[in-house]
Amino acid sequence: MLKLQVERRVAPLWFRPLIPLVAIVVTFVLTSVLILAAKANPLEAFYYFLIYPLSSQFSAVEVLVKATPILLTGAAVTFAFAAGYWNIGAEGQLLAGAIAAAWIGTLVEGVPPVFAILLMIVAGFIAGMLWALIPALLKTKLAVDEIVTTLLMNTVITFPISFLLNGVWRSPLTGEPQSPEILANSYFPHLIPRSRLHLGFLLAWAIIAIIWVILTRTPLGLHMRSVGLGQQAARFAGVKVERTMLIAALVSGGIAGLAGVGEVAGIHFHLISGISGGFGYTGIIVALLGGLNPLGISLAGLFIGLIETGAQSVSQALGVPIYLGNVVEAALLLVTLSMLILQHYRIRRAA
Amino acid sequence: METFVIGLLAATLRLATPLILGTMGELFCERAGILNLGIEGTMLLGAFVGLVVASASGSLWLGLLVAVITGILAGLLMGLLTVRMGVNQHVSGLGLTLLLTGLSYFGYRIIIGQRSVQHSIDTFPQIALFGDLPVLGPIFHQYALTYIAILLVPVVWWLLYRSSFGLKIRSAGENPEATDAAGVNVFQVRYQALAIGGGLMAAGGAFLSLAQLGSFTFGIISGRGWVCIALIIFANWEPVRVLWGALLFGGVSALQLRLQSTGIRLPYELFLALPYLVTIAALAIAGRNASAPAALLKPYRRE
Repeated sequence: MLKLQVERRVAPLWFRPLIPLVAIVVTFVLTSVLILAAKANPLEAFYYFLIYPLSSQFSAVEVLVKATPILLTGAAVTFAFAAGYWNIGAEGQLLAGAIAAAWIGTLVEGVPPVFAILLMIVAGFIAGMLWALIPALLKTKLAVDEIVTTLLMNTVITFPISFLLNGVWRSPLTGEPQSPEILANSYFPHLIPRSRLHLGFLLAWAIIAIIWVILTRTPLGLHMRSVGLGQQAARFAGVKVERTMLIAALVSGGIAGLAGVGEVAGIHFHLISGISGGFGYTGIIVALLGGLNPLGISLAGLFIGLIETGAQSVSQALGVPIYLGNVVEAALLLVTLSMLILQHYRIRRAA
Repeated sequence: METFVIGLLAATLRLATPLILGTMGELFCERAGILNLGIEGTMLLGAFVGLVVASASGSLWLGLLVAVITGILAGLLMGLLTVRMGVNQHVSGLGLTLLLTGLSYFGYRIIIGQRSVQHSIDTFPQIALFGDLPVLGPIFHQYALTYIAILLVPVVWWLLYRSSFGLKIRSAGENPEATDAAGVNVFQVRYQALAIGGGLMAAGGAFLSLAQLGSFTFGIISGRGWVCIALIIFANWEPVRVLWGALLFGGVSALQLRLQSTGIRLPYELFLALPYLVTIAALAIAGRNASAPAALLKPYRRE
């Protein structure tokens, strides 16, 4: 009988850059079962998933629109994870930013657009920080696990939103559960006429550039990365571990808040209950696929933007439920992580 | 007043049921050394599969059984990632939750479709354990799964602390190297713990769709899985304390439902948020002294 054994070995250098590509292929092979279950042709579905969105200018721009909040939440998650702070709360922090934007946007009557927009951005950042504050303080002062608390805070924020949308902000005319429309002077300017691509896209790249500088070129970044690598060692080296984590957690929350500002001020112009669609969780996928480095998350964010747009076109063209996109994203994460481990092993015939 | 208290206690037991099941499932995983953040997704999958199978077959128990089997499979997938390959447990668990959430939504759309009217089924009947007795009668007018969940507490306690299987699980979670040296297959024990855990989590989710609601909504779990993770810390990884924690959360949930109807002029969303806020507060009080299994989060590799 053929006997196989697994042995450790060093992966050849040429293989590493191929991992994302192989992971994408494996993911699509695995998920084609679902496409068949939806009575569609997998190859046709992959065409609508990966190629069709790039075949027209309109849908290619839409990829960037979809990537905008995901790049921001990806940056937010990366910033916290880099310091070893497991902020799983980007979803809630995004929504806090969205609430702030929806509120400020109705108050800025007569304010020049530049200041109105700046005000919204600052308010959204602060709101995201505030929503990140309780788990961050519990972690740094009382050593309470931040994963559980940030996750719970994601559920908690749905209640004030429901209160606002069904109460004080409910439209007296239509009864729709949505906030009043923000004033036109607080709209994010659009980068391409007649598209939905807005200022938030540039903001995302600016933030990614800033976190790259902070993480690689400043003492704070050095401290953060040392805490991320090991708290004990960082403490021995004189790093103020709790303070560094607190800063990382709050800035992370602020960045996630900006994603919410962009969705309100650039896309919807008011707060609705489903405004996020899980961007906070998708940000975790982006951060991890991007290997927690700014260049990586840029590519991962754009790719996930493509998947999200592709899921829409598959759904429209072939009637496959749009949630296929969520499955593909999660499967891609798990397959990639597995491959990063498996590259260190190979199967050979036992001697 | 008396009917208020009796109603409150009955609702407490009902609302605690999915949490007892889910947290007991998580307890197996964590005691064996694996933090399973796939719980939220596994509960959702259980709720979805339970409902779909029950409505297709007409048998609620078959729905529950198939839900538990898919939960076991979800646990084994978690095992493949974290036990066999040693992928980071936080990330694997979150990824699993995202995957199972996507799969449940996708499956629901394919099988049930998008309807204007909620697809609903007749739920499990409630069983009056003490018949028409005063006080006990109305309190113990519950679903079978609630009784099973409560009975599970002493069973799990016995299994963990008095059986050799439980000893293997606990030692795999405390000191896998020594466990391995003693001739126990750590990988196998962890797989088994994850399988049992996944099955229980799925049962917790299925309770919501098959007993409490009789339908499936995308928000059916709404963070209950995360509450279970919190309850484990609150309970300091002890099964009996898990029961108290679940009853506390269930009690606060039941209380908020009743406070809403008393006409106190506060937004009802505040009451809805209350159980979650109490959970966070409980963590803040209990979290510092919590002592997790020593090998939790550490992948075991045989060199």
